[in-house]
Amino acid sequence: MSRSIKKSKKNKLEKSALAQLIGFFFLRLATYAVLFILIYFLYDIGSKGYKSISWEFLTEAPRKGMTQGGILPAIVGTFLVTMITAIVAVPLGMAAAVYLNEYARAGRLTRLIRLSIRNLAGVPSIVYGLFGVILFVNILKFGTSVLSAGLTLGLLTLPWTITASEEALKSVPDAYREGALALGATKWQMIKTNVLPYSIPGMLTGAVLGLARAAGETAPIMFTGAAFYLPYLPRSLKDQFMALPYHLYIMATQHHAIDKARGIAYGTALVLIVFIVLFNLGAIIIRARLRNKWRN
Amino acid sequence: MEKQTKNKNLKNRAAQFWKTGLLLLLTAIILTVPLPAQKRMIQIKGSDTLVNLVQVLAEEYMAKNPGAAIAVLGGGSGTGITALINGTCDLADHSREWKQKELDLAYEKGVKPRIFAIAIDALSIVVNEKNPIDILTMAQVGSIFRGEIKNWKVLGGADQKISLYGRQSNSGTYAFLQEHVLNNKNYSPEVKEMNGNAQIIEAVTQDLSGIGYVGVGYLYDENGNVRRGIKVLKIKKDENAPAFSPLDKEAVYSAKYAISRPLYQSTNGKPSGLAADFIRFELSPEGQAIVEKEGFFKIGQELMEQNLKNLK
Amino acid sequence: MHSIKKKGFGRDLKESFIKNVFKISGLLTILTLLGIFALLLYTAVPAFREIDLKEFFTSTRWDPTSPEKPEYGLLSMLVSSLLVTAGALLLAFPVGLAVAAYLSDVAKPKTREIFKPIIELLAAIPSVVIGFIGITLIGPLIARVFKMSHGLTALNGSLLLAIMALPTIISISEDALRAVPQSYAEASLAVGANHWQTLIRVKIPAAKSGIIAAFMLGMGRAIGETMTVLMATGNARSFPHGFLQSVRTLTANIAIELGEVPYFTTHYYALFALGLVLFVLTFIINLTADLIMEKQKRKLQ
Repeated sequence: MSRSIKKSKKNKLEKSALAQLIGFFFLRLATYAVLFILIYFLYDIGSKGYKSISWEFLTEAPRKGMTQGGILPAIVGTFLVTMITAIVAVPLGMAAAVYLNEYARAGRLTRLIRLSIRNLAGVPSIVYGLFGVILFVNILKFGTSVLSAGLTLGLLTLPWTITASEEALKSVPDAYREGALALGATKWQMIKTNVLPYSIPGMLTGAVLGLARAAGETAPIMFTGAAFYLPYLPRSLKDQFMALPYHLYIMATQHHAIDKARGIAYGTALVLIVFIVLFNLGAIIIRARLRNKWRN
Repeated sequence: MEKQTKNKNLKNRAAQFWKTGLLLLLTAIILTVPLPAQKRMIQIKGSDTLVNLVQVLAEEYMAKNPGAAIAVLGGGSGTGITALINGTCDLADHSREWKQKELDLAYEKGVKPRIFAIAIDALSIVVNEKNPIDILTMAQVGSIFRGEIKNWKVLGGADQKISLYGRQSNSGTYAFLQEHVLNNKNYSPEVKEMNGNAQIIEAVTQDLSGIGYVGVGYLYDENGNVRRGIKVLKIKKDENAPAFSPLDKEAVYSAKYAISRPLYQSTNGKPSGLAADFIRFELSPEGQAIVEKEGFFKIGQELMEQNLKNLK
Repeated sequence: MHSIKKKGFGRDLKESFIKNVFKISGLLTILTLLGIFALLLYTAVPAFREIDLKEFFTSTRWDPTSPEKPEYGLLSMLVSSLLVTAGALLLAFPVGLAVAAYLSDVAKPKTREIFKPIIELLAAIPSVVIGFIGITLIGPLIARVFKMSHGLTALNGSLLLAIMALPTIISISEDALRAVPQSYAEASLAVGANHWQTLIRVKIPAAKSGIIAAFMLGMGRAIGETMTVLMATGNARSFPHGFLQSVRTLTANIAIELGEVPYFTTHYYALFALGLVLFVLTFIINLTADLIMEKQKRKLQ
């Protein structure tokens, strides 16, 4: 080969190596930028919010026009509405997942169901809110209540519990199923003894993730039951309730004493974030442990 | 041996599952069995201008009457009136009068509103403290918020586009200003519609070319001083009239300040029980003193007489 | 013989009953989706007794409570929603794709293990918190950078929505890249291309469908977002003329007005009409993404 061709070949290699260096650098930059954004957001909320956190903040009701006191009613309200969401979304989600993974045969109906699930996941949260207002608040006459809000959130969470449950079911090796069937078990017996016990932890983990997400939603509960300020805790399903995300929204935008409210807003945001981060981390760790178990 | 531990693990997991399920079921049961109401309860919804005032009044009332529970929710005058019509609240706060459409709708649904004036507000026009303008006429305010005057220099100020801050259409303040200052014409589409009085104050504090409208109670901080960062404009009824500030209590009481208005609470029919008691408290000297402390103004003789009539 | 037969029949009945219970749960999803559409439609239709359909879709003025003349035109809000979404995707798509490429092709497995939960964590931050950060952090930052009086603009919304759309775009793009058969990459390397060239010229084009689907799902996420834009974009009714302007999206408008409408009035029905528009919009976007991904799956099989 002549010298010039060798040289141009070398240049080409150098150029492409340079391109790779620069290219990969930008990829790395993008990734660390995203990491930076997450950390900065959490740091912002954390550093400005921890000042408001105290035992009183977590256990007392708001006082003096919500410029003092705590956010206990919001914490309790969020807990209650999330429980209702769980009752709606978790069993239904698990059941639908069992159908899809264990019973359903590939065909139009199954495709339709999967399509519906994916679309339900993409419906805007305010549209769920509209649906909740017309169906639960007005038509079924549940009024603005824990029940209406919980049912609305339940529908919103359903696609996620179904997906998570299906993943858990998929991770159970087929050998387990075949073994049981070979021994003469019926389908349901097989599911009950050889599939469910192994998939339930995964299902519950996924459910917890879905519920953590529901707990942070504001739009579906704004018009179906969440309230600005209540001097009493909800005592029945028909009561209205305060909720953490709605409380944050109000403190940040509608409160009259903005300077004081800002501190409470940060505190509320921090409580919400801590709650969600803990649940997510917990679920992630449990899921990782489960995956490792299966690998062994 | 292995099979035994395997079975044990399964049993543990199954037990966990059932425990969680039981917990959920228990919560559901607790919630569905309504415990006897130990407190008398009423819900008040509506005006953001009133929400702070009514909350303070409610807290004062509840401190003196431990058996009472008063929930004060915001949402805007329109929301409050709607809630009264829909039957989802006991008292509606509103900073404007009922619209004819709303009255028609109420009567259609069998709701007969009784209206009580519980305070007087001086609707205040605020700008950034660095803005050189001090005085505007009612007509100028109307022009500005209708979007006809777009630059401060037209009024003698800096050469800067006027940055408009207002409320949303559910606000009684929004409606009141539209009726009485904009002469029932549309707002400029450039108005940034904030969610409440406090947001407007915050925005104008940070925006050198901003202008907004708020209830007089929001001008003061908790020490009773006018908030820093804003300037409260003096308003002239017309070019030749003298200018008055909403901070001038005498001017408001003698109706010299041009944009003052009563703040109302409405009930469905004659108020009774806790609602009636609370209204009476608000109208009492003690209640009215709280009204003044919060920066608003006491209601006059005429309105008080009308209120007492409505209580019967 | 007799007892086995009986047992068999009873057992079958029980089995099919249980199967149907599960089946109904599955069918419930279809029912819910149809139900949402049906109820929205049913509640939106009465609005058009008083509102002119053409005005609804072409007028830029939405002012139902105007004392002059109530107007019900969604164009300004629709364009606002699209503007904010477009801005968000402009930022989130390249960044998201870059991160996906990094995770699938460059990062060590351990790095991947760390970053995946981080992306999930980002996705888990509630929209109201993101909106709050828009009011307290990003908005003022925009105001400082562009020397404006305030930062509640379409740009603020776009930045925040980009952050919210990133996890979706990243995870689906990454799945698409990883689904590209090893053989493609190996063939490329064998003819002398380096990893970067392989990535750019082979893997990404091969994963094209999945990446487009990621883009569309990110778009759906952004258009449907409510709290973030409600808190951060200023909610001015005017027709948007640029990113440094206050805008009012379809979602924010519903959230603002739903609380103040008396039930069963024209305004109330009109809000459901807006909801219907949103539903149809996101349905079309999601359906498209779905079909693209189905095609991709079949191609790789």
